[in-house]
Amino acid sequence: MSVELDVFVGNTTIMDKEVYQLWLNGYTVNDAVKVRIEGGVMEECEASAEVLLSDTMDQYRTFQMCERLLHHPAKLANQLLFQIPPDRQAMLIERYYAFDDSFVREVLGKKLSKGTKKDLDDVSTKTGITLKSCRRQFDNFKRVFKVVEELKGPLVENIRQHFLLPDQLARDYAAIVFFANNRFETGKKKLQYLTFQDFAFCAGQLINNWTLGAVDNMMEDMDVDLDKEFLQDLKDLKILITDKDLLDQHKSRVNNETSHPLSLVCNALRGKTNVFNEMEANFKNLSRGLVNIAAKLINAKDVRDFFIDLVEKFIEPCRSDKWTSIDMNLYLTHYTNSAHILDTFKHHAVWTRYMGVIKSCILRMYHD
Amino acid sequence: MPGRLKAKIVAGRHLPVMDRASDLTDAFVEVKFGNTTFKTDVYPKSLNPQWNSEWFKFEVDDEDLQDEPLQITVLDHDTYSANDAIGKVYIDIDPLLCSEAATVISGWLPIYDTIHGIRGEINVLVKVDLFNDLNRFRQSSCGVKFFCTTSIPRCYRAIMVHGFVEELVVNEDPEYQWIDRIRTPRASNEARQRLIFLMSGELQRKIGLKVLEMGGNAVVGYLQCFDLEGESGLVVRAIGTACTLEKMSTFPATATHPNNSSPSKDMKDSPQAAPSTLGCRSTHSSPVHSASSRLSQGFSISVPTLLFSGMKPRHRSSEAPRARQCRPGFGEEAPGVPLSSGPPTPLRAQTFSSFSPSKSYSRQSSSSDTELSLTPKTGMGSGGSAGKEAGPLKALLKQQTQSALEQREYPFFTLTIFPPGFLLHVGGVVSARSVKLLDRIHNPDEPETRDAWWEEIRQEIKSHAKALGCHAVVGYSESTSICEEVCILSASGTAAILSSRFMQDGPLDTEHRLSQQPLCVFSAGSERVEGDMGSSASLGFEEVVSPGCGFCHIPYDELNIPFPAQLTYCYCCRRYKVPDVLFTTIDLPTEANVTGKGCLIQARLCRTKKKAQGEGNAMAISNLLPFLEYELHTQLMNKLKLRGMNALFGLRIQISVGETMLLGLASATGVYLTALPSPGGIQIAGKTPSDITYEQHISNMQKKINDTITKNKEQYEINPPEVVEEIIGSPIPEPRQRSRLFRSHSESSDEVSEIDLSHGKKDAFVLEIDDTDAVEDIHALLTDSPTPAGFYSCNTEIMPGIQNWTSAIQMFTSVRVFRLNANLTNQGLNKIFSDLCENLLKSLYFKLRSMVPCCLCHLNFTVAIPEDELIQVAVTAVAMSFDKEQTLENGKRSGEKTLIKAITENDEQLQFNLELNAETSSPNPLGSPKGLSEVGSHPSARAPSVDYSSFADRCSSWIEQLKLKAHTIRRGSVKTTSSMEKASPLPEGRSRSLRSNRSYSGSSVAVVKMTPLSFIPGAKIIKYLGIINMFFIRETSSLREEGGVSGFLHTFIAEVFAMVRAHVAALGGNAVVSYSMKECVFMENPNKNQAQCLINVSGDAVIFVRESELELTSVQPQSATTQTSNGGEGT
Repeated sequence: MSVELDVFVGNTTIMDKEVYQLWLNGYTVNDAVKVRIEGGVMEECEASAEVLLSDTMDQYRTFQMCERLLHHPAKLANQLLFQIPPDRQAMLIERYYAFDDSFVREVLGKKLSKGTKKDLDDVSTKTGITLKSCRRQFDNFKRVFKVVEELKGPLVENIRQHFLLPDQLARDYAAIVFFANNRFETGKKKLQYLTFQDFAFCAGQLINNWTLGAVDNMMEDMDVDLDKEFLQDLKDLKILITDKDLLDQHKSRVNNETSHPLSLVCNALRGKTNVFNEMEANFKNLSRGLVNIAAKLINAKDVRDFFIDLVEKFIEPCRSDKWTSIDMNLYLTHYTNSAHILDTFKHHAVWTRYMGVIKSCILRMYHD
Repeated sequence: MPGRLKAKIVAGRHLPVMDRASDLTDAFVEVKFGNTTFKTDVYPKSLNPQWNSEWFKFEVDDEDLQDEPLQITVLDHDTYSANDAIGKVYIDIDPLLCSEAATVISGWLPIYDTIHGIRGEINVLVKVDLFNDLNRFRQSSCGVKFFCTTSIPRCYRAIMVHGFVEELVVNEDPEYQWIDRIRTPRASNEARQRLIFLMSGELQRKIGLKVLEMGGNAVVGYLQCFDLEGESGLVVRAIGTACTLEKMSTFPATATHPNNSSPSKDMKDSPQAAPSTLGCRSTHSSPVHSASSRLSQGFSISVPTLLFSGMKPRHRSSEAPRARQCRPGFGEEAPGVPLSSGPPTPLRAQTFSSFSPSKSYSRQSSSSDTELSLTPKTGMGSGGSAGKEAGPLKALLKQQTQSALEQREYPFFTLTIFPPGFLLHVGGVVSARSVKLLDRIHNPDEPETRDAWWEEIRQEIKSHAKALGCHAVVGYSESTSICEEVCILSASGTAAILSSRFMQDGPLDTEHRLSQQPLCVFSAGSERVEGDMGSSASLGFEEVVSPGCGFCHIPYDELNIPFPAQLTYCYCCRRYKVPDVLFTTIDLPTEANVTGKGCLIQARLCRTKKKAQGEGNAMAISNLLPFLEYELHTQLMNKLKLRGMNALFGLRIQISVGETMLLGLASATGVYLTALPSPGGIQIAGKTPSDITYEQHISNMQKKINDTITKNKEQYEINPPEVVEEIIGSPIPEPRQRSRLFRSHSESSDEVSEIDLSHGKKDAFVLEIDDTDAVEDIHALLTDSPTPAGFYSCNTEIMPGIQNWTSAIQMFTSVRVFRLNANLTNQGLNKIFSDLCENLLKSLYFKLRSMVPCCLCHLNFTVAIPEDELIQVAVTAVAMSFDKEQTLENGKRSGEKTLIKAITENDEQLQFNLELNAETSSPNPLGSPKGLSEVGSHPSARAPSVDYSSFADRCSSWIEQLKLKAHTIRRGSVKTTSSMEKASPLPEGRSRSLRSNRSYSGSSVAVVKMTPLSFIPGAKIIKYLGIINMFFIRETSSLREEGGVSGFLHTFIAEVFAMVRAHVAALGGNAVVSYSMKECVFMENPNKNQAQCLINVSGDAVIFVRESELELTSVQPQSATTQTSNGGEGT
């Protein structure tokens, strides 16, 4: 005796959030039933394992049928096959496109290619996320990437419109797409301490300030690529370190500012004289680091190493000198501002555009 | 050339990729009606083509309009090879033929392919211009309204209930034609789908003709079924109840009229009644005319207080006067001329003549024979006088009388809910079954054989009803079960006595006049009976009896009870006798006095049978049937007692035949009727009281049973007031327990009729354990698991004791197929079958747990044996949640009143506009078709458009919500929007135009509710758009790839739902009521990786408005019509 066929179809499609999550997490039906039994749903509803199995199978089938639609969320809203209330639709989409931070850290900045997909089983073993779930997440990244790659206009907005994602999730996807497109290196050991959200923040900064779209929304080009002209201009900043005069001038300005007795902020920091001392000592190195990063960004290869460079050239020295993030903030503020007062320094606009992003990125990345 | 059908193909979307090279499709559309075909241009390289075609016009007979569907085929153009079909859409244009239904079909409809399922959607516009056909002998019946609903539809009032209509058409099944060997499965499926579409169209038309002949304008409780007889053919048959319906107008306002309503008011009201009935387009539809004249006339009689106070003194007094008396007997006055004087004296006289005698008769019910003859006389007299009403009508009325005479052989009613006062008493369930061998040779032009078969069965039903002292059968239905060449035909219903005051003419009670709204009264009969018991008609019963118990009173003669039963005096009124248990096939009357809540009770049974062929097989089956029925009945009775209840409603016994077994499933809703005596417990008696352990075992079981009864009583809140038992000492025949079985069975070999299913003494319902079977039975009794907390279940429309429904409803269909092992015993089979049903229920409860507290209503189980060793169970039901705090009965009553008020208001608006239109278009009321169809295009003159737009707003609120959620403004689809807007020449003011415009922006799809019930909680149905009757076939040869049998069927059912919703939305509706899945035939061949499934669904497309919104929106238009509706508020 066996149940040969068992289906349940509601006029309004019934979807259990819990089962949906289990499905998304790549559990098999049997595993999902186990999890549900442990969750105590049986006692709650006087159900038997059989009932639970039947329900789980049914739900899984529904989700599989829906999956095709979820690939194009806009279709979910005007398809006729399933009658799903809008709040449910939003839930389905949001959860389908949600991803694990630990997973995304593994593929962030990698080419979203078949090769990468083949390596997903390694990622799966490393992160403990089921291969099925990894594949779904990877495919989501790829799908979003493919769609917005060709589109004009603001990246986040495009993602939000085409995939009907909530704001935060759309931003995260924008970061993923941006990283994948520019192939930023994020996997190095030195970068391991950074979370996805750190990178997403930085990506947001870069997208908003360094891309072509940041300057002019109407431009033909898109948000995905950095503004080539700007990168070209960045080379001019080299003067800050190549011109000995300027370098010295800059250094003394920064030191004056930071240690100015009337500066309210500084009063609080007075005690930490050693920090300032070291700052003074390291100024040339730090400044050289930042300006060199700027100058090299015109090369695609160096763009990939942007984050690793930031960490190696700036964050690590500061960390070894035990700067606090307040110190860092203060330093970067003055470092940026004082360059403007330098007599011979002409590239104010580029400098502001560059340092604004660098500052916020470094501040975000400066943690343990 | 009485009709022009116009179709326009607007656009397509989500089309499948047909050209692998380009990943695109070059789509074009063929529009076919009858033998005419039009084509659109090819829209190259797009999955979202914008054809925006011209209007394709078909000039056709209205006969064809009724029979044929509009067939739309979407194809992919191929320069070098044959064009590939993408899929088809069949559009039933019947709703457009009735002016009161939809005026246009417009919207996105799924493109369906029998092999691939839904493949994108197509946006179409369809309209019909009908011309008048003055031909008396025409073959069409346009304008007759059809309703699946088995009660008077919510926004209509029955003027008359004419009675039973039936028809069947037969044809060869294309699947079995020789050509099927050489054509593709797709072609074969499509041929079948088309044929069934044609046949059901033809059937509907023929039934419509019968209705017109009878003088009606509508069919209520329309039940259409397919018999797939395999090689011997395809039968499509339908039954229904012919009625003359009238759209609700100002009449309910009369509820507040003083009993002697002023004639001036009548003057004002009656002209309104006339245009409202113009819905019937047929020019020879004089019944409409006569109806309206009768109406106004009846109205002028000024609600006879006498009658009503006598009839139902304790019944909602506000409603009683609404029941206008429409006796044609008063037709002596010229029609339409209101009487300025008070009630004419003849009225009183007549009232007495029909009621007081019956009173006396019923007291000494021996002389009931005289009474029966008396009633028709009254009817006849009135019929005759009605003929004098107006000259031109004479002929017609004569015709009516004639048809009434013809029809009298089947005083059957497919209704299950009745207007109050229509149904007086119920005798009990009557059923008949017959086993037939399907004939191999089949001539489509001669459906006589099938007709004769059904005739036999109906005759039998009729005689059973007579035996119960009843002259009518209500809640009547017919079904078949076919296995190879054997076919079981079944019919069942509830014998009943209907009120004579609704009878119109004809010597028998086939025609009835109704004056009221769908509110229900009826009763239930306890035992099935046979034998001769002298007909009786206890018409006077109702006189001093509260409606809450009147239907329980026995209609038969207590001195000559033809079957053993315990009679007691009614526990409500203490005046009349009631049986101890009632079984009925109808719905629970709303005014019935019920203690506690009800619950679903099922009896399930499997019987093995030897494989046999032909005659022998039929014999074997017909020999088994009575036992099956008997056992089902015993099980039902036991389970009823176990729940401490005393009545069953909505009883439906389904017997399914397979090669090696018979399956019986009886479902009903058990309740405790306050009027009936409290059921006694169940006592177990061992046969061999020798062994001590055995005794112990027995007493253990007894204890368990007693505990269960107590628990059940608690769960269903059954705590009837304690009353002194007084069993009547009248000479009730000794209960001959389980002795008089199958009497009539012996009469013919292939017919099984009534079984006398009596049971023992009331207080000691003894179950004898004399063998293991009995032990099993008792175990089975106790293994029925209780419904989980927060759940109730019933198979009727409403659940007693629950009124405050919320608007949350969830309709669902669940199908299970179970494979059995070979060589099972009866017991093993029983257990498996029972577990299957129980588990299915448990699954449903679990699935719907988020809706708690909720009730599963209209749980409709269908069993089938698709092949050897397979059992298929399909359930369709609706889960409705309710508020925990139970409102008082009063609350409900007042709620109902506001409901009625709402109707009044709404109808008035419609009415108002109808008049306007009638004035503008044609002064002749018979020119109404035109006038009415114009209503749709005069949005400005249409007050209810306010309601519509609000409804559309609600629909679009989903969109808003979604947008909000996704923070999106959807700029992406600007292109589509603009082009689509150009392409939608919809009349403004229609809800759909608003909605569809929105949906063009790619945001949302209108919500369509579906329910097997005839109503939507918390909402008012404001318009019936027509019947939905769809038949689909789906086939696959890649079963595994589609997710196995479950995946295949899951998709298919979802697709069927989607298509129903889309067609309803295209008609402008937002819900389907009285939805049912009448057929779900599933066949598989896993070895070949193939499966096929046929599904037939039906329902009524409606527009509903939330009550809360109705109140808001109706304020404005109301002010315009207050003067005509004065008093409406006062209720």
